[in-house]
Amino acid sequence: ASFFLNNTFRLAFFLQVLFFGFGWLFFMRKLFKDYEVRQYVVQVVFSVTFAFSCTMFELIIFEILGVLNSSSRYFHWKLNLCVILLVLVFMVPFYIGYFIVSNIRLLHRQRLLFACVVWLTFMYFFWKLGDPFPILSPKHGILSIEQLISRVGVIGVTLMALLSGFGAVNCPYTYMSYFLRNVTDADILALERRLLQTIDMIISKKKRMAMAHRTMFQRGEVHNKPTSFWGMIKSVTTSAPGSENLSLIQQEVDALEELSRQLFLETADLHATKERIEYSKTFQGKYFNFLGYFFSIYCVWKIFMATINIVFDRVGKTDPVTRGIEITVNYLGIQFDVKFWSQHISFILVGIIIVTSIRGLLITLTKFFYAISSSKSSNVIVLLLAQIMGMYFVSSVLLIRMSMPLEYRTIITEVLGELQFNFYHRWFDVIFLVSALSSILFLYLAHKQAPEKHMAL
Amino acid sequence: VGKSSLVHLLCQNQVLGNPSWTVGCSVDVRIHDYKEGTPEEKTYYIELWDVGGSVGSASSVKSTRAVFYNSVNGIILVHDLTNKKSSQNLYRWSLEALNRDVAPTGVLVTNGDYDREQFADNQIPLLVIGTKLDQIPETKRNEVLTRTAFLAEDFNAEEINLDCTNPRYLAAGSSNAVKLSRFFDKVIEKRYLSRDGNQIPGFPDRKRFGGGTLKSLHYD
Repeated sequence: ASFFLNNTFRLAFFLQVLFFGFGWLFFMRKLFKDYEVRQYVVQVVFSVTFAFSCTMFELIIFEILGVLNSSSRYFHWKLNLCVILLVLVFMVPFYIGYFIVSNIRLLHRQRLLFACVVWLTFMYFFWKLGDPFPILSPKHGILSIEQLISRVGVIGVTLMALLSGFGAVNCPYTYMSYFLRNVTDADILALERRLLQTIDMIISKKKRMAMAHRTMFQRGEVHNKPTSFWGMIKSVTTSAPGSENLSLIQQEVDALEELSRQLFLETADLHATKERIEYSKTFQGKYFNFLGYFFSIYCVWKIFMATINIVFDRVGKTDPVTRGIEITVNYLGIQFDVKFWSQHISFILVGIIIVTSIRGLLITLTKFFYAISSSKSSNVIVLLLAQIMGMYFVSSVLLIRMSMPLEYRTIITEVLGELQFNFYHRWFDVIFLVSALSSILFLYLAHKQAPEKHMAL
Repeated sequence: VGKSSLVHLLCQNQVLGNPSWTVGCSVDVRIHDYKEGTPEEKTYYIELWDVGGSVGSASSVKSTRAVFYNSVNGIILVHDLTNKKSSQNLYRWSLEALNRDVAPTGVLVTNGDYDREQFADNQIPLLVIGTKLDQIPETKRNEVLTRTAFLAEDFNAEEINLDCTNPRYLAAGSSNAVKLSRFFDKVIEKRYLSRDGNQIPGFPDRKRFGGGTLKSLHYD
């Protein structure tokens, strides 16, 4: 028994170090490539979260492939789950609170104290989250794993559903060239000329203002407070028309600056569209276009299935792999070794799901990070992203259970305890539907609005 | 990195109260006395174009920015003293601005890999400004200043380090102010004197600000 234990530990440790290294590199190369890492804690926390989340997926794969023996797998599951819950519920929120508080100058002195306060508030809301949902049977204790997992699961599943709803709609929209508006070079040039003209107008107005300021300064009126009685009278009578003019010009300048910003954004938009049109003419572009059609069918089918599930309150019992095999065996009459193939096919399927969801999440997080971070808030945002990532991965383990044949499901059920898995699937369907429909609406409005703006030039 | 605060300080001699994210390009005008104190003193307008965005932006943003790089007479490269990576990005910014004839996506070189020859040939006067000097503790100042001195040498340019929230760095008579007006003088000379040999009164010339990293564009 001890020989087995040694082996499993070494293997698990090695893989975990590998994942940790990957998370570290990702952090350095992609997320923080424009910033300096001043607090290494942040990088460590992020990589640790990433490493333990990936380990869960690795354990699923081990389950399917039958690597290691079942009791050591169970042990690793439990261990990993405890650690990741610890990280997600205790460590990361505490550090988020700590870094937020460090940014606020007032509270800088007693950072630790206020960080604890923030963490306690977070725990309160986190606990309250469990109340409206029918997720637990009452026989569980207060501080059990099931309590924590169920709440983490709710948050994570909501996130997953939101992201996949939006992704399912956005993917065909971006891939297909059907939606691309027609943009010619002349359009772009005209818009650029207009932008430069606006800027020239701003410049000429600012020149007038600068000259006026200078003459007023040289006459000693603007910056010196009038000290004598006559000085005050003079400033009232002579500078009043001057400053009135100036404030008028300033208003015009503000309006023009707003216009120039809008023109710049539209020009950038046109450039982006033009590039996409050119890309769509290449071989890669055509391939993605075709994929886009395929994905749009898939997206419609998913929305349809989600609606059916909700309306008819249906919960799937079998997973796609077993069902697929049943269909081929029963209807097509092809005989093959069910056990052998089911293992390999589910391995491939689950592997693909895992890899694409990790990759998709990392890409989305990176884009998000670039969009909203600044040098002050980069630490907080990265930690928030680590939190989201952890919760996302934990709940994808929850949901992936559905895609696996019965014999592999048991370990997840054992480890995670008696959660109401059906509830999570239903919740996922609901949020997915809401998210997909609202993204369709949103994209439709955005698409409609853009050509009208373009036409109005 | 504080380009907008810097422009505001240079043009209005006042500190910018509420800096917000720059979309596209914002312009300001400064009145400069060329060859101040000499009998040939002449007043010029200098337009400072503050071009926002980060070097890693989408290529569509870069192509849009390229429209601002035409007829540039001088370039001020701004970087953040508290963030080493912003100074490394300056190489890419300068290439983007100087190679405006080539498609921006084609030429960008990764940092550290720039070509010194290009800068030697370069006719356009450059100035390197480091911001947020106040946020560096006294102990680290020396090492930061030596690093920035190397940077300025690489670009064959003058350098100024300051804090945009404190106008006294550019007070009249300080060495920074002298460097600044020498730079503007060079720009004016390059623009007018090298070509015709005559002075053209009162016409404006343009200077671009580039540099800094941090945020990428928001699309509203």
